[in-house]
Amino acid sequence: MQTDEVNLKKRAESAVEKKAAFGEDIELEKFEEGSRVSRPIEDLQTLDEESKRTLLQVGVVPSEEGRSGSLLVLDNAVSHSSLKDKNVELMSTQKALEKYEWLKDYSWKLVSVDTDKYTAKTYLENADGYFIRVPAGKKSSLPVQTCLLLGRDKVFQTVHNIVIVEEGASLDIITGCTAKKGVKEGLHLGISEMYVKKGATLNFTMIHNWAEQIGVRPRTVIKVEEGGTYVSNYICLKPVRSVQTYPTVKLEGEGAVTRLNTIAIAHPGSELDLGSRAIFNAPGTKAELISRTITIGGRIVARGEMIGNAKGAKGHLECKGLVLTDKGSQLAIPILEANVDDVELTHEAAVGKIAKDQVEYLMARGLTEDEAVGMIVRGFLDVGIRGIPEELKTEIENTITQTAFGM
Amino acid sequence: MLKIEDLTVEVNGKLLLHDVNLEVKRGYTNVLFGPNGAGKSALMRTIMGFSEYRVVKGRILFNRTDITGLPVDERARLGLGIMMQRPPDMSGIKLKDLVKVLSKGTNPETLAKNLDMKRFMDRDVNVGFSGGEIKRSELLQLAAQNPSLYLLDEPESGVDLVSIEQVGMTIKGLLEEGLNCPGESCEKGKSALIITHTGQILDYVNADRGYILCNGTVMCSGNPLKMLEEIKSRGYEECIKCRLMK
Repeated sequence: MQTDEVNLKKRAESAVEKKAAFGEDIELEKFEEGSRVSRPIEDLQTLDEESKRTLLQVGVVPSEEGRSGSLLVLDNAVSHSSLKDKNVELMSTQKALEKYEWLKDYSWKLVSVDTDKYTAKTYLENADGYFIRVPAGKKSSLPVQTCLLLGRDKVFQTVHNIVIVEEGASLDIITGCTAKKGVKEGLHLGISEMYVKKGATLNFTMIHNWAEQIGVRPRTVIKVEEGGTYVSNYICLKPVRSVQTYPTVKLEGEGAVTRLNTIAIAHPGSELDLGSRAIFNAPGTKAELISRTITIGGRIVARGEMIGNAKGAKGHLECKGLVLTDKGSQLAIPILEANVDDVELTHEAAVGKIAKDQVEYLMARGLTEDEAVGMIVRGFLDVGIRGIPEELKTEIENTITQTAFGM
Repeated sequence: MLKIEDLTVEVNGKLLLHDVNLEVKRGYTNVLFGPNGAGKSALMRTIMGFSEYRVVKGRILFNRTDITGLPVDERARLGLGIMMQRPPDMSGIKLKDLVKVLSKGTNPETLAKNLDMKRFMDRDVNVGFSGGEIKRSELLQLAAQNPSLYLLDEPESGVDLVSIEQVGMTIKGLLEEGLNCPGESCEKGKSALIITHTGQILDYVNADRGYILCNGTVMCSGNPLKMLEEIKSRGYEECIKCRLMK
């Protein structure tokens, strides 16, 4: 075990200068380390009104109503953790690593420490985060909510999350990533390693709501075993300096299924480099990668990659991007790779403006041009998040309405 | 109610309609006949105001107001409503939500029930709809919109024999809505301009006047049922000959 750690440390140290494959290179030195200690928050409802609103906007309910548990990471400290559902385990990653000797077999096993300087930094910082586990055959009745909150200006946050859904178990997670009002600049580095075991299901919904000068570099890898299902909804509708992410789902067991939905809006000055990748390593695995993005002045790179390494793999990749102003740009990069026969991978990509015939169709019913465009935009994004929990959908639809109509 | 004077229309520099004259009075249902490619749909879409159709000459009057330069949404709000033959797929927009936006006061569920469209309320508008489903969805939207002039582009095309009765009766109902007797129609009745190929729709609605459109212009007008008989027995060739002789 000791040698393991020495090795990891060596690898991480060798990668501290390693630039990421994609996205603007962020100077880590520009930011101070976010505080590792914070006054524990017993009850999220005791937060000030402004902070509660901030949480609500990313699907995190301060009253914890309709949630089976909550965990809040403020800067670099886990400052709140509470649990109502006995079918779920929820605690900070550091606590979990102390409690369970075996957890080291899951930590830094999917995400390599030397992927780039961000993973290296997160490892070397010995980052905390959330650990969620559902024992075999159990089911969380309500979603677990986690919140990664930047509380101070000009700091970096490093987070390491581990999620394990054991055989036949099922879990819904809502993660809201956001910054307190007044935080203008910052950096969020988030490592997530998720294990979906045989016949298990994980629904993961992540809402990003940062600020105009915040850099975001999540690094996520998910392993899905036989007959398991992993569904992800990623939503990023508000201004942010730069997000670069490329979550990778490894379908390792026969019949494993995944669906990754991404909806995003790039505001002026935002650079969103959003990818999703599925690797079909077992027979009969399936994936659907759907991305719906809109630029109203920012730059979007929508990447998608499917690598078929096993027979009977079937996947579809859909990148659709709307350009609503002259200043924004959309770049769709779909990649399909088949390394055996009997693999069926397809893609559909389209970027451009809203179809005029659609706008006029609604206008012929009496809607103004703005109303027609708003309805089409909402519908466009809505397709990207079909199948997410109903109550969350209402929250997201409200955000879409605010954003789409506040353009 | 609707008066078209010397209308000449281009699409992408190509002349589609020329010197069209046509009128629909309040409470009247007029029918537009004509062979494929004659310009019937183009005329209807020009009346509605779709931006592709550029009026190079003439004008369109609606309730004595010149609407030739008005955008499509303003025409809709004045009381024009169109049933399109091939409406675009509206991915992400549920029929339920669109009808709700359109219907000011009327209950979308009741409208949908009458048109047997309840099953379709959660579907995306026009996406994967069959010919008959498109017609019923268009009628449902029109019913919610409640225009005073209906522009119906081939309401019977692509509809099976069972559905045609439903479509025909719905149109009849919409046109006669709120009328106690035919005598009231010229004061408060709805008007319609209907494009028909087969004339089947005339089994359900009482048409007052017929127009024949060939080669981008109106050839003649008259009693719609007689015209239909004539067209059925002799085709449009005779119309063109007849016009030439004039």
